Amino acid sequence: MSDQISQTETDEVIAPTAGLSGGVRSSSKHDSGPKHVAGEAVYIDDIIEPYGTLHLAPGAANIAHGKIRKMDLSKVRSAPGVVCVLTADDVPGMNDVSPAHTHDDPVLPDGIVQFYGQPVFCVAAETRAQARAAAKLAEIEYEELPAVLSIEDALEKQQFVAPPHVMKQGDAKSALAKAKNRRAGRMEIGGQDHFYLEGQITFAIPQEDGDVLLHCSTQHPSEVQHNIANVLGRPANAVTVEVRRMGGGFGGKETQASQWAALAAIVAVKTGRPAKFRLDRDDDMVMTGKRHDFIVDYDVGFDDDGRICGLDLQYAANCGFSADLSAAIADRAMFHTDNAYYLGDVEIRSYRCKTNLVSNTAFRGFGGPQGMVAIERIIDEIAMTIGRDPMDVRIANYYGTKDRNTTPYHMVVEDNVLPELTDDILKASDYRKRRAEIEAFNAESPVLKKGLSLTPVKFGISFTTTFLNQAGALIHIYQDGSVHLNHGGTEMGQGLFIKVAQVVAEEFQIDLDQIKITATNTGKVPNTSATAASSGADMNGMAARDAAMTIKNRLIAFAAEKYGVAESAVRFVPGKIIVGDVAELAFADLIKQAYLARVSLSATGYYATPKIHYDRETASGRPFYYFAYGMACSEVLIDTLTGEYKVTRVDIIHDVGRSLNPAIDRGQIEGGFIQGMGWLTSEELWWDDKGNLRTHAPSTYKIPACSDRPEDFRMELWSSGRNVEKTIHRSKAVGEPPLMLAISVHRAIADAVASVADHKVVPNLDTPATPEAVLYAVADVAKRMIEQAGQPVSAAGE
Amino acid sequence: MAHATGSFRSDIRFLLGNEERSLCDVDPQMTVLEYLRLSERKSGTKEGCAEGDCGACTVVLGEPDGKGGMAYRTVNACIQFVPTLDGKQLLTVEHLKSSDGTLHPVQQAMVDTHGSQCGFCTPGFVMSLYQLWLDGGEDDRGAINDALAGNLCRCTGYGPIIEAARKAGGVAANDAAEQKRRSDIAARLSAMVDGAGTLALEHPAGRYYAPQTSDELAALLVQHPDATVLAGGTDVGLWVTKMLKRLDPIIYIGDVADLKSVSETEDALIIGAGVTYSRAHDALGRVAADVGELVRRIGSRQIRNAGTVGGNIANGSPIGDTPPALIALGAKIVLRMGDVRREVALEDFFVTYGKQDRHPGEFVQSVIVPKPAKGVVFKAYKISKRFDQDITAVLGAFAIKVVDGKVAEFRAAFGGMAGTPMRAAKCEAAMIGKDWNEASLNAAQLELAKDFAPMTDMRASKEYRVLVAQNLLTKLFIETNAPEIATRLVGKEAAHV
Repeated sequence: MSDQISQTETDEVIAPTAGLSGGVRSSSKHDSGPKHVAGEAVYIDDIIEPYGTLHLAPGAANIAHGKIRKMDLSKVRSAPGVVCVLTADDVPGMNDVSPAHTHDDPVLPDGIVQFYGQPVFCVAAETRAQARAAAKLAEIEYEELPAVLSIEDALEKQQFVAPPHVMKQGDAKSALAKAKNRRAGRMEIGGQDHFYLEGQITFAIPQEDGDVLLHCSTQHPSEVQHNIANVLGRPANAVTVEVRRMGGGFGGKETQASQWAALAAIVAVKTGRPAKFRLDRDDDMVMTGKRHDFIVDYDVGFDDDGRICGLDLQYAANCGFSADLSAAIADRAMFHTDNAYYLGDVEIRSYRCKTNLVSNTAFRGFGGPQGMVAIERIIDEIAMTIGRDPMDVRIANYYGTKDRNTTPYHMVVEDNVLPELTDDILKASDYRKRRAEIEAFNAESPVLKKGLSLTPVKFGISFTTTFLNQAGALIHIYQDGSVHLNHGGTEMGQGLFIKVAQVVAEEFQIDLDQIKITATNTGKVPNTSATAASSGADMNGMAARDAAMTIKNRLIAFAAEKYGVAESAVRFVPGKIIVGDVAELAFADLIKQAYLARVSLSATGYYATPKIHYDRETASGRPFYYFAYGMACSEVLIDTLTGEYKVTRVDIIHDVGRSLNPAIDRGQIEGGFIQGMGWLTSEELWWDDKGNLRTHAPSTYKIPACSDRPEDFRMELWSSGRNVEKTIHRSKAVGEPPLMLAISVHRAIADAVASVADHKVVPNLDTPATPEAVLYAVADVAKRMIEQAGQPVSAAGE
Repeated sequence: MAHATGSFRSDIRFLLGNEERSLCDVDPQMTVLEYLRLSERKSGTKEGCAEGDCGACTVVLGEPDGKGGMAYRTVNACIQFVPTLDGKQLLTVEHLKSSDGTLHPVQQAMVDTHGSQCGFCTPGFVMSLYQLWLDGGEDDRGAINDALAGNLCRCTGYGPIIEAARKAGGVAANDAAEQKRRSDIAARLSAMVDGAGTLALEHPAGRYYAPQTSDELAALLVQHPDATVLAGGTDVGLWVTKMLKRLDPIIYIGDVADLKSVSETEDALIIGAGVTYSRAHDALGRVAADVGELVRRIGSRQIRNAGTVGGNIANGSPIGDTPPALIALGAKIVLRMGDVRREVALEDFFVTYGKQDRHPGEFVQSVIVPKPAKGVVFKAYKISKRFDQDITAVLGAFAIKVVDGKVAEFRAAFGGMAGTPMRAAKCEAAMIGKDWNEASLNAAQLELAKDFAPMTDMRASKEYRVLVAQNLLTKLFIETNAPEIATRLVGKEAAHV
């Protein structure tokens, strides 16, 4: 066995195995592709409903904070088709679906409304239209309480969902005092709605004994199972959760599915009828959490070469009304304060602000993007201060190999590939030459201005909550040699299922079409972690391989004994098994023989990520198994009269190690980049002064459209990509890291804005950089240039 | 009886793929999407937003083209009401595969380019690509962008889908089998509805009338002055899906043949109230390039295929994209009630927010768009957060004539600056008769700020609206005085730098 593993784990193996259809490293197509394009892929709303299925709709609060004085639901109850109406009193078990056991996420609020749009009751009716119509008939009286609607207000009131946290190395204060140059500033970073195309949905089907089966669009079936068991007041074994596929997740279905699942489950158990809860798009956007918006305050010290020697940085995250995963998300922002740079003496403080807004949650990058967008702006500010090209300041600050290589959380960076990657992308993007061309263009063009930026990504891979780094799998082989594959990871479009199937195909050396990919189900593989933190393929791939190897070892032992050869002489090669020079068997034939000889053809697999440890008390350890790296160079063209802009060219080189599936990885990189670009440009969340979200549908919330994809988009998987750690076939996680490549777009827009003042004034450009924000930045830069008579000043006007 | 004249029928007749349907018992405001998913159990078509903005529900509608063939267009099933299918062929993602299971070229191209990830938006993209394919295919990136602007994808970043559009190609113009198929379908549809009378549904849930002539429409509206007039449904559809309104009766003008023509005289364009944006696009583009560019950016392909120029006026939106441009051009509309017709200058039609100069029982019959006179330069600028398929924050439209360096004529109209589309009277007055130079520009900008008191909302702040409106005057100044300077990011005049 061991020689088989080492063969596939050596760095030399970069091509797919010859003769095998769909092994690792092949660009196998998404397993659901043909079904997607024919409308045959079944999403939860497509499951044929049994007779008697009920439909749910939420009744929402129209204040941001207050006591429910009186709730008259009589008109709701008597509306046509209504079968039952739920309030907090109808929750049979614990009225809580908080993911981190903070007990602050009620299924329905018991007396206190905490954000505008919070569901306060829920209707179940014969049809969805009837449920939605009835939900509008409630008469509710509130006693309004003061609402905290901003980070500043929460900070002032010291209102937090979790205690502040500090991470430090050395003595930032004295380093700053001694620094040759020093800049301070503030940046506001907007949130982001997930805008998965399939909204939140659960279909609950009652079972005997009061049990329930939930078809739920969630990235975390085990958590939904455990939450719903608690809500029902039943043991976990009374609830089964199944997920075949989601119509997108992006973190928005890591914790946010439980509330709807709980209400559907309560109705199903209470009425004995199937119950479906599918949120309307507007309700989905109003009632479910988003990426956290942040305010970052910084004070940085640096030498004349732009090298950072000290940094004092403070995050304040808008967590909304409850904790959800905010503590871990705010932590990850701290972990990525450095992005790719050695920060010297550093102190990072983080405040987790409690506001009367929807509770914010996981979103691709999980706080990391907010940390990185801040440091990239700081680097640009340093560059403008000393009059250098920002790229040179970035290079000067990269982590070193022998020294300058510890992070603010005291982890030694062992796998930094950025110097090498930088050489490659500088060449591929022709950065230096284009920088000069752009300067010439801007000198001649009074209205339209170009900007250019090249930014790196270094993203830590592993759940920073160490115990989550475990996964399970289950493989059955049937008598005809067909394989049934199951694991705890969920498919949200990212191609996890095909990658794991490729791993199993490789292990057995069988073609991919012999493997049946099956729905994630808590009855098959229990106690799983969320498919999150980019860890899906890393962990479930390993667990599935472990299961495959267990069966394979049995088969080897069986064949060796039966044919009288050494175990080492039994080899799985594409399509067959070679048993020394005694026999050559088709996979199905070996399986048939093994079955007849009473060899078990079913196995579970398990994986726990090695090497990682972290002590949150001291904020030190090795929270990440390894880092994923990438770089992007973006060029933009802005209109200085309107603030509009176009991204005209993008070059990306991204390190996915030895790719499990290059086509899938490319899809993740492109898609992640465009999604990140949306976050930083057109996607603006806007609440009115009552705390009512007014951007709650695609008509008002603008994710990138087809024409926003840059005309000239060049992307490659890094040909020197590698993983020093023994990950699954030496691949690297790819779900989240590419999102942060889009920071280059934001910095390029800022670069174009700065050109208006000859790069002498640092633009105060927050995110999202909407046309409005860009026009203000242009006007502000022009004004300050005149005021300061050419003296470089910081964005905050230090 | 609902009608003054003619014969009626009470069943909705259409082709679902190749199967005939005749529906008698349908709530007139049931959407095509609900019908497909709930009544037909065809769940390939998805609901992503129920407001015509994401495209996951995109289907293709076919109608006889009047030349023996078929004309196909994409629409959003989520905001189309079932009775509007009458006389048409409805094609969904389920209809594309061959009977032997072979994927259609657009489906195969999507698989081959890895064009689907989560797959939820995919059926909608497939239908938009199918429409492109039916029209012969497209290789140009701009044209592909336009075809796909109404389909949102959150996973792929669009690259593989653009590649699929190119790879799939299109049906050959001389494909005899395809032409025969189309003429057969056209003949079947004609046989189903031609001469079969006017569709008049009197369902317990509500009434629905689809008159075929404007005389019939006029008579119906006199009888039902409180009726909801339905054209493309791109606004009315949301009253149902989002506001949960009951509309009764509905009078649909999409089948009124004599409201669907665009005619042209030497100095004006006359657009019937039932003409969709897609059909008006070319003619409006000939009036002025910037009007064409504006129309290109209204909604999405699906929305332009359904929404009408007349509807965009009649609904009185303060942010409708065509009215400011049409006002700057000096457009008039013809209103009709019974047999009485009157002409109103478009700028006078918009009285105040939510109120238009339209009497109960009256309808917009046509829009008369004057072509710019010799020497008049027309420019329009739409400002929004996203270039494609976004509702405008500010729209500025200008018709200017400069003679010997002096502003001889000037009309400036804005959207997004007030409760209605409106001319900037003070700004206009400040410019007329002045030298077209920086001093008069600055003076006009100051006056412009006095013309409007816009509001702050999710699309833009009031401060930005004023600032950008003033800057649009600067842009006009540059474009008329120094055309060599690049000023555009999108459209045909965009700087390709």
